[in-house]
Amino acid sequence: MRQVEKRLQIDRRLFLRGAASAVPAAAVLAAGVGTAGAAWADDAKALKQATLVTLAHMARDIYPHDQIPDRFYVAAVTPFDAKAQADDAMRLMYEDGVARLNGDAQDRFKTAYIDVPEESDRVVLLTGIELTPFFGHVRGGLVVSLYNQPEIWHRFGYEGSSSEFGGYLHRGFNDIDWLPAV
Amino acid sequence: MAFDLNDGSVVVIIGSGSGGGTLGNELAQKGVKAVILEAGSRIEIPDFVNNEWDAFTQLAWKDMRTTSGNWRVAQDFPNLPAWIVKAVGGTSVHWAGASLRFRDDEFRAKSTYGGLQGANLLDWPITLQDLEPYYARAEDKMGVTRTNGIPGLPGNNNYKVMEAGARAVGYKDVSTGRMAINSQPRHGRGACQQIGFCFEGCKSGAKWSTLYTEIPAAEKTGNIEVRPDSMVLQVEHDASGKASGVVYADANGTHHRQKARVVAIAGNSLETPRLLLNSATAMFPDGLANSSGQVGRNYMRHTTGSVYGIFDKPVHMYRGTTMAGIIRDEQRNDPSRGFFGGYEMETISLGVPFAAAFYNPGAWGRGFTSLMDDYPNTAGIWIVGEDMPQETNRVTLDGTAKDKFGLPVASVHYDDHPNDAAMREHGFKQGSSVYEAVGATRVLRTPPYPSTHNLGTSRMSARARDGVVNKWGQTHDIPNLFVSDGSQFTSSAGCNPTLTIVTLAIRQADHIADSMSKNEI
Ligand SMILES: Cc1cc2nc3c(=O)[nH]c(=O)nc-3n(C[C@H](O)[C@H](O)[C@H](O)COP(=O)(O)OP(=O)(O)OC[C@H]3O[C@@H](n4cnc5c(N)ncnc54)[C@H](O)[C@@H]3O)c2cc1C
Ligand code: SF4
Repeated sequence: MRQVEKRLQIDRRLFLRGAASAVPAAAVLAAGVGTAGAAWADDAKALKQATLVTLAHMARDIYPHDQIPDRFYVAAVTPFDAKAQADDAMRLMYEDGVARLNGDAQDRFKTAYIDVPEESDRVVLLTGIELTPFFGHVRGGLVVSLYNQPEIWHRFGYEGSSSEFGGYLHRGFNDIDWLPAV
Repeated sequence: MAFDLNDGSVVVIIGSGSGGGTLGNELAQKGVKAVILEAGSRIEIPDFVNNEWDAFTQLAWKDMRTTSGNWRVAQDFPNLPAWIVKAVGGTSVHWAGASLRFRDDEFRAKSTYGGLQGANLLDWPITLQDLEPYYARAEDKMGVTRTNGIPGLPGNNNYKVMEAGARAVGYKDVSTGRMAINSQPRHGRGACQQIGFCFEGCKSGAKWSTLYTEIPAAEKTGNIEVRPDSMVLQVEHDASGKASGVVYADANGTHHRQKARVVAIAGNSLETPRLLLNSATAMFPDGLANSSGQVGRNYMRHTTGSVYGIFDKPVHMYRGTTMAGIIRDEQRNDPSRGFFGGYEMETISLGVPFAAAFYNPGAWGRGFTSLMDDYPNTAGIWIVGEDMPQETNRVTLDGTAKDKFGLPVASVHYDDHPNDAAMREHGFKQGSSVYEAVGATRVLRTPPYPSTHNLGTSRMSARARDGVVNKWGQTHDIPNLFVSDGSQFTSSAGCNPTLTIVTLAIRQADHIADSMSKNEI
């Protein structure tokens, strides 16, 4: 069977561009998603830098894929900043939502959300806000903005657009080789 | 050919999808002049994109709709009850091509299932025998595999997994199905390239769609004009109560009045009743053709659900034809299973973006992401079975939400009938055992997607008081007003609806042309 290469193909252009966002990849990689002073979040237009960083951390906790580098989670939350810029009610929802999450983290773990060390503890905090419109909106946005990045599809063994390659007629549409004979 | 707005001799067809596009071509071939008004734009094959969200944005009906009821779609997708297309070609651009005939007893739902509580059952005023010659014409027109000497499609990996599992559990009627997709070149279109984006518009044109078959064929006769970006707002009538024309808005929002001798509505089962209801006047205060009160009622969407099987080895379900695979053994009426009616199991595949959105809407965390991590090792089955018509499952005009023209939007209410729920549960179990028989390590039950099949909201009936249209799709109340889409369905039957929609449109065209020549309409 023809398999899909799952390692990230280091495309130099893509590497420097940093996924779909305008975020400088070098800055993301240097700082990671997690620290409050992450340089990539300096580009935030409407949201507080720390809010955007928390959203990126939430993104990984909501849809954790250990094989997906941070910069794709960063790219997945930047649309929230654009929405906050376009609509002040949205900005408030993000700011209030993150403040509530941090408040819950302080109450329970005596630290900010992003500094809670165990993923399972952060998941407890997220479960606590699961029914809020804030969480619903962030999750619903992420399910598109994270998984709709063509650069990560091969990591899930998905090949994306195929018509330009003549479809799969000669590229393994029926190449399965492990089934019992029928 | 362009027709004048004041030309009252034309047939006006609303919608250019499977129903409207077919009706237009059939009339055109007989020399009947018609104008097709289509709310969406004309997007051709080169414009199609192999990208799920981009194609959805490009083609789907995204205007506001609202929902209520106990179906899970109302919770997961409150403003997207249905997945249908707003473009020339309608949902025949997105469809997967599965083309199956109803069984004889499925036209007699009431006689067969009796007085099932809560179900508003009725027999169709037509029989399988009435439709057989038209089914044959539809299969030929659409190039359905395994009919007219056309070979079946080759099975892809997703099919092979389902087939092996099906054989292992003892199913017999298993094949790559009857598909309106060329397995070999036919009627000027090429063979399927196994591109795998059947739901996004077929870039090879191997799959039948009115966009590049019926519509250009109709235009070639000079008898048809297709006006895209033309949203019909109201069907009008004269003092005698006969349909006289329609008012529509063009791309700029400018209103026009197209006069008509006959009006045929094929807007799919949410927009068709909405238009009839929005066309209410002093003479018809409950909406056009609604003396029975049945307009919008008996909405059906098929009992559906998906089963995804995860294996320890790769499948790559997305490679090749999306739905060329079927198990038919459960498509029979056998109440010993705990429900009336039957269902099919068909292959289905979603790409990573749609899998993320639809596998288990709302789910998150590692329980969910581990499914996505196993994406290449996943195979998919879609369950499609007969759902029961219920009077309270209905399309109404929303009390508050309005579209950009100021007209109330469609509000869709749907509760599962206990029969629907029992059938879905059975399908989930059977689909799971198919995959477990060939070594699935995990099985996922996926709830229904926004409705791709929308049926029944202007149903056929022998008596005027039981339904909206007669056996020709002609409204009981207004002789020159027709319904030409799946809204006509009296019951939903346990298979995909489009072959029957096309069949009814061919038959209706014969009737309209004949009645016009006899000056009956
Ligand atoms: C992903 C997907 C897969 C499918 N696969 C299958 C399959 O394998 N087999 C099968 O049998 N069926 C399948 N279907 C269903 C099939 O596409 C529909 O049953 C069929 O196309 C319905 O035909 P129609 O003419 O009723 O409506 P449509 O084809 O939806 O056409 C209606 C048209 O009317 C237009 N319209 C609506 N209101 C107005 C108005 N007021 N003014 C002007 N224009 C208007 C719309 O824009 C639209 O273009 C699938 C559907 C989807 C979404
Ligand atoms: S798989 Fe075949 S039918 Fe489907 S889009 Fe590709 S070429 Fe068309």
